[in-house]
Amino acid sequence: MTTDAAPSKSNVSLARRAWNIRRYALRMGEVQGQGYIGQALGIADVLAVSYFHALKFRPKEPEWEGRDRFCLSIGHYAIALYSAMIEAGILPESELETYGMDDSRMPMSGMAAYTPGMEITGGSLGHGLGIAVGMALGLKRKKNPAFVYNMLSDGELGEGSTWEAVMSAVQWKLDNLIAIVDFNDQQADGKTTAALCAEPLGIKWEAFGWHVQEVDGNDLPAVKRAFDTARAIKEPVPRVIICKTKMCKGVPFLEEREITHFVRVEADEWAKAIAHLDTEMPQ
Amino acid sequence: MSVGPNSRRSDKYTPRSVPVSADGTRLTTSAMIASLDAEGRSTVAAPFGNALVELAKTRDDIVGLTADLSKYTDLHVFAKAYPDRFYQMGMAEQVMISAAAGLAREGFTPYATTYAVFASRRAYDFVCMAIAEENLPVRIVCALPGLTTGYGPSHQATDDLAIMRAMPNLTVIDPCDATEIAQATHAIADHPGPVYMRLLRGNVPDVLGQYGYKFELGKAKTIRDGSDVLFVSTGFMTMRALDAAARLEKDNVSAAVLHVPTIKPLDVATIVAAASKGGRLVVTAENHSITGGLGEAVGAALMRAGVNVPFRQIALPDEFLDAGALPTLHAQYGITADAVAGAVKGWLK
Repeated sequence: MTTDAAPSKSNVSLARRAWNIRRYALRMGEVQGQGYIGQALGIADVLAVSYFHALKFRPKEPEWEGRDRFCLSIGHYAIALYSAMIEAGILPESELETYGMDDSRMPMSGMAAYTPGMEITGGSLGHGLGIAVGMALGLKRKKNPAFVYNMLSDGELGEGSTWEAVMSAVQWKLDNLIAIVDFNDQQADGKTTAALCAEPLGIKWEAFGWHVQEVDGNDLPAVKRAFDTARAIKEPVPRVIICKTKMCKGVPFLEEREITHFVRVEADEWAKAIAHLDTEMPQ
Repeated sequence: MSVGPNSRRSDKYTPRSVPVSADGTRLTTSAMIASLDAEGRSTVAAPFGNALVELAKTRDDIVGLTADLSKYTDLHVFAKAYPDRFYQMGMAEQVMISAAAGLAREGFTPYATTYAVFASRRAYDFVCMAIAEENLPVRIVCALPGLTTGYGPSHQATDDLAIMRAMPNLTVIDPCDATEIAQATHAIADHPGPVYMRLLRGNVPDVLGQYGYKFELGKAKTIRDGSDVLFVSTGFMTMRALDAAARLEKDNVSAAVLHVPTIKPLDVATIVAAASKGGRLVVTAENHSITGGLGEAVGAALMRAGVNVPFRQIALPDEFLDAGALPTLHAQYGITADAVAGAVKGWLK
């Protein structure tokens, strides 16, 4: 987090941020009894680095012109982003239990119209990167030095429109655009690599002209370094960080499940999951 | 020879000779140009492109995007005048529409151009979710509306009004001529939400100027009065309705023309008031499939208002249309002035 991003809690480690994000996500999952908890647990470390190391933002001023834009094209990951935004002080923790309920500001699939800090409406996959291209073009027109981040998933790479945007970002030399791919090899029907194989992923993006980094998305120092590099390099090219993550990371009995895209968790298992997390609370 | 059960043309193995028109000239496919300038009217070159250049002089927020069709949507005029405000997005309508949404999010007013088929069919989800759902001020301006090309269904947007009418928040406009295109280009600049505008490009006929017409977003306007028939028309079919009315006059049939450039939101009050007046035959006329366009919108509006009048539609059939020369195709599908006048006379019998 930069000086402009007034921290809701000071001197908190990234590990603790990620842990808090996981815990909020589990509490939200419990509200609905099921959901995209696997993705939230898996991507928590990347979101912790995004919001508490990389992104420039003002929690109480989500539309501040100087903010870095964070576009979530994978709308169903909203549970994870709400958790990060609660931790960041953008959304109030007190509304956590409204997740997915009538009139909630936290619907199951993320929409810009509903939620402060939610930059775009995701959900129809393959939209985010194209919108991010337009925002990056717009920021350059305004000579605004902010970055545009787009978080997308491995499954989403099956959408052809994503690759139109991949080419366009290179054409326009969008060095203010950072794509984050969550590679967890899970989509609704099973393994992504068994459906429309994204691999070999890194060299695909490289061949299109992007600056590519592939990291273990659950290794906080590695993710932090990758974000630093993505922002620091001088080449006039867009940047992608491919984050290999483990679905349900941090809750071993959920990690073991084979189908983790939409996890059903028994009523008593939520407490069990949170209890496990609580045994591993970082400083 | 059989060509299989799913072919829409059963005669593709029959050899053909060169077709020649009645006056001995060869009929060629009037395709990419899609001008309606061969009808002896005065024309204006590139009304959209020139109007946008004019508009951009006072509006720094205006930017232009195209998916490799600047020349064929007259956006090249803008690109030449403002190269740094022009985005050539390549043959990629989905990212063009998404990027236009992104630019709008950053405070710009994008005019994005392509062919109507590509915006309405290929990029639909992107227009819907990236632009319309967020009510962003993107103007999608599309050439080759309805039957204005002889290339066949790949280029003939005979369904775009139906598709775009169903999208919440989207304003849908089908201008008639050069005067209206220029006026509408300016008029939509300040509209807070998204707009889909059909476009005639190249040398575009100028018709409405002589009637002192002024485009107003969301307003239907009476261009000509008459006591027997009320044409309710949109797009270039208003030109055809005016010509048909002149022909009908010679046969002592008095026809009014109510021009409805804004298909959505529909000016229901004006249409209902006009249709309620004097027991006229109401004839809708549009350069679009009979399904889901102006005709059905007007019909439903009249029924909802309890207006029970004789009602007919001039429209393209609910079919994939043929390839060929535009004059031939317009006659074949009944949207020439002669065909319109003939149909009305038949209905009045």
